[in-house]
This record gives sequence, structure tokens and C-alpha cells, in this order.
Amino acid sequence: MRMTNFVKIGASLSAALLLAACGTPPEDENNAETNDEPSEGITGSVQVDGSSTVFPIMEGVAEEFSIENPKARATIGVSGSGGGFEKFIAGETDISNASRPIKEEEAALLEEADIEYTEFKIALDGLSLVVNPENDWVDYLTLDELYAIWAEEGDADTWADVRDGWPDEEIELFSPGTDSGTYDYFDEVILDGDQIERDASLSEDDNILVQGVQGSPNGLAYFGYAYYAENMDTVKIVPIKNSKGEIVEPNSETIQDGSYEPLSRPLFIYVKHESMEDNDTAYEFAKYSLEMAGEMADEVGYVALKDSIYEESLETLESLR
Amino acid sequence: MKNKVVTPDEKQINRRITKNTFAKGIFFLGTLFGIIVLAALLIRIFTQGIGYLDFDFLSNFASRRPEDAGIRAAILGTVWIMSITIPVSLILGVSTSIYLEEYAPKNKFTHFIELNLANLAGVPSVVFGLLGLTIFVRLLEMGRSILAGGLTMSLLILPVIVVASKEAIRSIPQEQYEAAYAMGATKWQIIRTVVLPAATPGILTGAILSLSRGVGETASLLMIGAMTFIAYIPASVLDGFTVLPIQIFSWASRPQTEFQAVAAAGSIVLLVILIVMNSLAIFIRNKYSKRY
Repeated sequence: MRMTNFVKIGASLSAALLLAACGTPPEDENNAETNDEPSEGITGSVQVDGSSTVFPIMEGVAEEFSIENPKARATIGVSGSGGGFEKFIAGETDISNASRPIKEEEAALLEEADIEYTEFKIALDGLSLVVNPENDWVDYLTLDELYAIWAEEGDADTWADVRDGWPDEEIELFSPGTDSGTYDYFDEVILDGDQIERDASLSEDDNILVQGVQGSPNGLAYFGYAYYAENMDTVKIVPIKNSKGEIVEPNSETIQDGSYEPLSRPLFIYVKHESMEDNDTAYEFAKYSLEMAGEMADEVGYVALKDSIYEESLETLESLR
Repeated sequence: MKNKVVTPDEKQINRRITKNTFAKGIFFLGTLFGIIVLAALLIRIFTQGIGYLDFDFLSNFASRRPEDAGIRAAILGTVWIMSITIPVSLILGVSTSIYLEEYAPKNKFTHFIELNLANLAGVPSVVFGLLGLTIFVRLLEMGRSILAGGLTMSLLILPVIVVASKEAIRSIPQEQYEAAYAMGATKWQIIRTVVLPAATPGILTGAILSLSRGVGETASLLMIGAMTFIAYIPASVLDGFTVLPIQIFSWASRPQTEFQAVAAAGSIVLLVILIVMNSLAIFIRNKYSKRY
């Protein structure tokens, strides 16, 4: 008798969940109200993976794509730029998102695996340097000053070391973690590959960096433009002296026209030729991404490229068919 | 020997009373600290998230717009994962514990296995994630699928289920075995009619508690690639998936403050699911455990 209790409870627990899991798809197929325009009949699936920076743009693209093609299945993963390329090389994905250009060794592995691909730029991001609003002395920083502050070998530990007349207070640094493409880019253009200041607080969560600067009058942090755009009221932007000697701060114009350099960086998608030829869903998704990327970029806090670049990309993509 | 009658003087008594009051104060503060932190957390989550919690939140897919974002894919992912994890971990876990308690000879080898089982229960979940990534995703080529996720999750909670089941089986009085043997029952008959019925409440309580750990689990599933945007209903166990805690994690790291509130709303749903599961465990324990 009691044996049956055990079986009953155990079985009904798992059966209930199984039923719940299996029972859901039909319910959704009846839910055709979102499907008022007849779909083109794209029913395949597309696998996208890669950078967490690019993710919000591709999430937006996939969201709209799924509304227009309710039967298509787009999966957007977040493994970081490097992790994304790893899967791209393994042939697991059709499109790889990256917040940095592909590395030589990754390109070599792709060649070895006989995977042909094309790189497309889909948006721009401007790494933004911010300080606490109480900081009323910083007017701008040059690249050399940034190196002095951020590199372990640099000789600026206090604001006074950076420029005479600034307070003799130690600078508290907040940087994205070493796994992120943001760190890679900063490492390349500012640190030139040198060791970052060992006292800097590193976090993979950019919101922590924002909070760090908000709570520390001598704080200095850098992160993607979207995080600055969302926190304009509580942190203060530091303009940068670019290579032409102009003092620029990041905003959609300076990032788009390239004058906010060298801290503007392009965001990429890499598409696999084979998928473009054989997989209609992957091709349509890539096309849709290039058409929508600008709009999505603005919406989620990045900066769109000039329209002409998207048009060129679309032509290139069509030639891959 | 004469018994020395000790009459504590008033000073001594007072000192003991003071000690007692002091200890009581410390324990009270300890309890209070936990409760206050929990209350602060709950209040923050509820005030932040309640505004986003409506039917649309449950029925929408994730979205770039906070007001449209929902947890449909995440909830379905969690249900799918559990529909694999529950049968796999229960069947394997209960069989293992029955074998270890009833059949296996008590020697150094089985002792070694039991020791390792207890240790496994304390291994960080990210290690199980790596194991799942290597074996299920790569070696067995399941991809980043529900199947791989469910099996990884089963591995993760298996040690806890085995330990709990063993404990439940061991607590059955020896007299019951002896009575059954006296009736001429075989080992299997005893397991079927004596052991399992008596151990069921203990096994189920342990299983549900470890499953609720699984529901809130993030790290191991992150390793096998469950941090995804999905706007379709998984139709088979080989489809991709995401689960509730990972969806919450993903929202919490967004720049837009509205997404923090969406993450809080997701946390409320997760909390409710966990409370329901834990209550179920308590209910089962109370209902079936007073048999002798």
C-alpha cells in the first residue's frame, strides 16, 4: 500500500511537470493574434552567440524578427566575444557577435576548420570615462595622462600627479573585468598591452562600476556608452583630447563621425558563408540584423553607423548568396 | 565523605543571571540580524518589482523594452529542465541509496564511495557545469540543449538526494526488517513493502529541497550556455533554453534602471516558486512521517 504512495507522489510530480512542458506548445500555436500578416514561411532556426556588449542589439533584432516570422527560431547566446568565436570555430553557430575584431589565432583556427566568414560592423560604442559629480577639477584628460593613471607602470597615483593644482588625493579606479571586450579594447588603445594598475577594482558587472564612481569622490571608471547614457545625472563625463588635439566628449555625433577617438569602437557580427547559402533563416536573420541594427543600437544605448555603411554591408551580404 | 553543601552567595547568582541575559541578548541579536537583512531584501525586491508583475510579465518573452519584457521563455525553460531532472535524479538517486544501504557489503570501498558522495554534495555548482559542458555538450554532442542542461542539473543534485535517501532508509527501525525476515520475505520484498514506504517522506523531502536548489541554480547552467535570448517555445529536449535565475541575472546587469525593476519582478516569481516547493516538502513530511 505505502509503496503505491511513493510511486504516486513521485510519478505525479514528474508527470505534472512533463505535462506542463509538453502541453505548452499547442497552446501557443493557437495564439495566432500576433501573426496577423501572413508569414513568409521561414521555419528554420538560426544560432547566434558571442559578446555580451552586442547582445542587447541582437536581442532587439531577434525580438522583432520573431514577431515577423513567428515560426522561425532565433537563439541568441551570451558567451563573450572570445567564447562566441570558440563556438563559431566549432561550427556550432551561424553568426558570431563580437565587441572586438577577430584575433589572428581565431582566424587561423577558422581557416583550419574550413569555415569562411565575412565581418560586418553593426554599431558603435564609445568607451566613456566618468568621475564623481563632486569632482570639479577634471576638465579633460589626454591619452598620456590616461596611461599614467591606469597603467601599473604609470606614475600617477593621485590627482596631483596628473596635473599641478589638482588635489593630492589618491585616485580610485574602477575597470571592467579582464574577460570583457571592453577591457581588451581599453588595454589595447590606452595601456598598450601593459599591466593595469593593481589597485584598480575590476568587475564584470558594469553597474558595479557605476556605483563605485557614484560612491567615491576620487573615483574614475570607464565603461560602455550605454551605462553612461543611463546614469548621466549621477556621474560626470570626462572629455578626451583626441589625436587632432580636439577635446571631445562622447555623444552620438562624436562617436558616429569618428571624432571621439581612439575610444570609439565598432561592434561586429561575423556571418558564416555556408549558413548564408544553405540556411534561409540564417540569411534572413543576418539581413534583418543589418537593416535593423542602427535603430536597435540607438534604442539600447549604442550609436548607429552611417546609413551608407549598412547599405554597403547589405550589398555584400546579398553577394554571398 | 561528607557532602559539602554549596550555598551560592548572591553575587554568584547575580553573575550567572548576567551571563544568561548576555547570552540571550547575543542569540536574539543574531536572529534579529538575519530577519532584518531578509526583510530588507524582500521589501526592496517587492517595492522595486511589484509594478512590473502582471499577467503580461508571465506570458511575454524577453524584450529590449523593459515594459514588454517577460519571463515566458525562462519559466518554460525551468519547467523543461525540471521535467528531465526530476525523473533522472530520483530514479538514479533512490536506486543508489537502496543499493548502498541494502545490498552493498560494508567494506572500505563502499565506505570510500559514501564519503565521496557526501563530499560531492559540497562541490561548487560551477564544477558540475564544467563537467556537463565537457561530457554532455561536447563529448556526447547534445549541444547547448535542454537535455544537456537537465542532465547536468541531475548530476548537481544527485549527491544531495542520495545522502537524504540513505539517511531516510537508515532511520527505519531494525525490528521492521526482522519482522519481515521472520515472515520469510526476500530482500526485494522487504525493500518494496517495508523500506520504500517507510523512507518515502524522507526521500521526497530531500528530493524537493534539492530540486528547489536546482530551480535557483545559475552557475552550472551558465557554463553550458543557458544565457540566451529565446522567443520561441522549446519543442523538443534538443532545443536551446534559458532559466529564471539566469534571466534575472541577465536583466540585473543591464544599464537601464528599469531592467533592475524587471529583474526584481523576476525574483518575486522565483521566490514564490521556491516557497511553494518548500511548503510542499514540509507538507509531505508532516503528512506521511507519523506512521510509527
